[in-house]
Amino acid sequence: MPKILISDPTLRDGNHAVKHQLTAKQIAAYASAAEAAHIPIIEVGHGNGLGASSLQVGESLHDDATLLEAARKHLVKTKLGVHVMPGFATISKDIKLAMDIGVDVFRVGSHCTEADITQRHIGFIRNKGKEVYGALMMSHMASKEVLAEEAYKMQSYGADGVMLYDSAGALLPDDVEEKVRELVARLNIEVGFHAHNNLGMGIANSIAAVKAGATILDGTACGFGAGAGNTQLEVLVAVLEKMGYSTGIDFYKLLDACDLADREILSVIPRISSISIVSALAGVFSGFSKHVERISKEYDVDPREVFFELGLRKVVAGQEDLILEVAAALAGKEKRCA
Amino acid sequence: MTSSSEKIKVAILGSGNIGTDLLIKVLRSPYLECTLFIGRNMSSGGMHKASSLGVRTSDQSIEAIVNDPDCCDIVFDATSAIDHKRHWAVLDGLGKTVIDMTPAKIGAICVPAINLDDCLIERNVNMITCGGQASLPMAYAIARTHPDVHYIEVVSSIASRSAGPATRLNIDEYVDTTSSALQYFSGCEKTKAILIINPANPCIDMQTTIFAKVEQANIEALRLEVDAMVRIIQSYVPGYQIILPPTLENNRIVIMVKVLGLGDYLPRYAGNLDIINCAAIAFAEKYAKLRYDQLRITNHESRITNCFSIIRNSWEGVDKCQKF
Repeated sequence: MPKILISDPTLRDGNHAVKHQLTAKQIAAYASAAEAAHIPIIEVGHGNGLGASSLQVGESLHDDATLLEAARKHLVKTKLGVHVMPGFATISKDIKLAMDIGVDVFRVGSHCTEADITQRHIGFIRNKGKEVYGALMMSHMASKEVLAEEAYKMQSYGADGVMLYDSAGALLPDDVEEKVRELVARLNIEVGFHAHNNLGMGIANSIAAVKAGATILDGTACGFGAGAGNTQLEVLVAVLEKMGYSTGIDFYKLLDACDLADREILSVIPRISSISIVSALAGVFSGFSKHVERISKEYDVDPREVFFELGLRKVVAGQEDLILEVAAALAGKEKRCA
Repeated sequence: MTSSSEKIKVAILGSGNIGTDLLIKVLRSPYLECTLFIGRNMSSGGMHKASSLGVRTSDQSIEAIVNDPDCCDIVFDATSAIDHKRHWAVLDGLGKTVIDMTPAKIGAICVPAINLDDCLIERNVNMITCGGQASLPMAYAIARTHPDVHYIEVVSSIASRSAGPATRLNIDEYVDTTSSALQYFSGCEKTKAILIINPANPCIDMQTTIFAKVEQANIEALRLEVDAMVRIIQSYVPGYQIILPPTLENNRIVIMVKVLGLGDYLPRYAGNLDIINCAAIAFAEKYAKLRYDQLRITNHESRITNCFSIIRNSWEGVDKCQKF
């Protein structure tokens, strides 16, 4: 049976959905359940990864060390992973700290056309003998050729694999298949896919990726994640098993973990809200949605217009400050028209 | 002072985006003369540009200065933070004044709008980072109007096309140096810097957002302080502008600025190149003026001394001294 490596960012991407307020207690509880279910990797931290707690993208309830230690204590076989975005996190301040705490797997991400900013970080982690993957975020914004070129750079820096992120939930299965296929053909390392469910394509896109040769998939308990959420992990594992792929996950224990997440972590069940459909059509990073909702209310402007304007300006992950500028400009325009 | 013999001689080390843009600014300066433009590869875009402008070039890196130490008084180091450490060891020995364009954090940190004069006695002056030059005057204005600043954070977005290989390789140093400089100029211990590279086409203009958490926000006083600061910055960075004046949102102070460049080497969107280079030129020109004035005073004194000895020797000498 062909094997798919499942990585579960419930405690990282899910943090977007609760404005980065996950508690150490919630993390500990889910980590234990994930260990029991034999989930291979869980990612933990602020929604934007190490060192990202900020006024720009939202402040974390706990610092990185507290979040990671809370999970570390409960993991034996399940590996502890983190997301790293150069420009937010640095080697000396953040990556070394994560290594000291005992993080096993690092995903070093950049906007999908900017892989060269990950060179030193991937190289450093590689030299320390840890597992390291490149992450090309917002992959709907580049052609398959550009993505393959950027992924190839990550391979040359020493990555064990490259993940394509559909950070805006904007891709359709045919897009995913085409892009993943190109990477698989070009690279001699693993290729994976990380979906968002804004257009209801989480499972379909993940399966399209596997069919095109991807061997790593991300999924979260109950789909807990930014925007409309991620691929719903328990559904993904069920579908993969039904299709004849093995994940090594104990399915009943996984369902237990998801029920626990439902009870203990999710204050709101992720759903495809009208705003998250617009966000995907505009091609804007899923993590923007909470900020857009708040700021649109404050400035009394239509959040849909804010998303489309942000989309026109081709904003990337981390440019949340522009929401304020766009909302203020829209509010000013309305005032002038009135 | 326009004759080239009176200009201060500068060498530019590094032929990337920063170095080449600096060259064009130096060529325009009435106080500075570029005597050597140094890279590592004669076929790079920057080297071609320099040759086409009639500037002497070398592909011998730091060795070019070691082999011809009299070629310049000032060296702009526009290489990378790692290389600057090595270069400074050499240039220090040669007695050069060095303007460090990399985030190497060795020299005195300089933001012309805040501390230009304090830096004139320094031999190694660090221009911090592009985001630092854009945000630090605003952070300083926040600190001057608020006694209790708990936290300052700055986020800069730059166009992918304007971020050369050294900028990308130095992204950790960028974050670290910008956040240290924020501590230095604001007196606030908790600071953070974030850099975003955006590949949109057409290219995005350089933008920087300054966030602060303070005990009690005084937006009115801050707006006045910011307006005054902007006028100072615009005297050396004409394209610096406020796009969101000090605003209190979600319990945080927010200020947003945009920097349009002069369009010297890269088009105007590359305000990040422009602001750090304009800052370096502001320093170099002030330094040059000071040196020139000192030189003139020294010359003047020596001529007077000379004149007195002539007078002592013969009264006819008085005629010769008339021009004084």
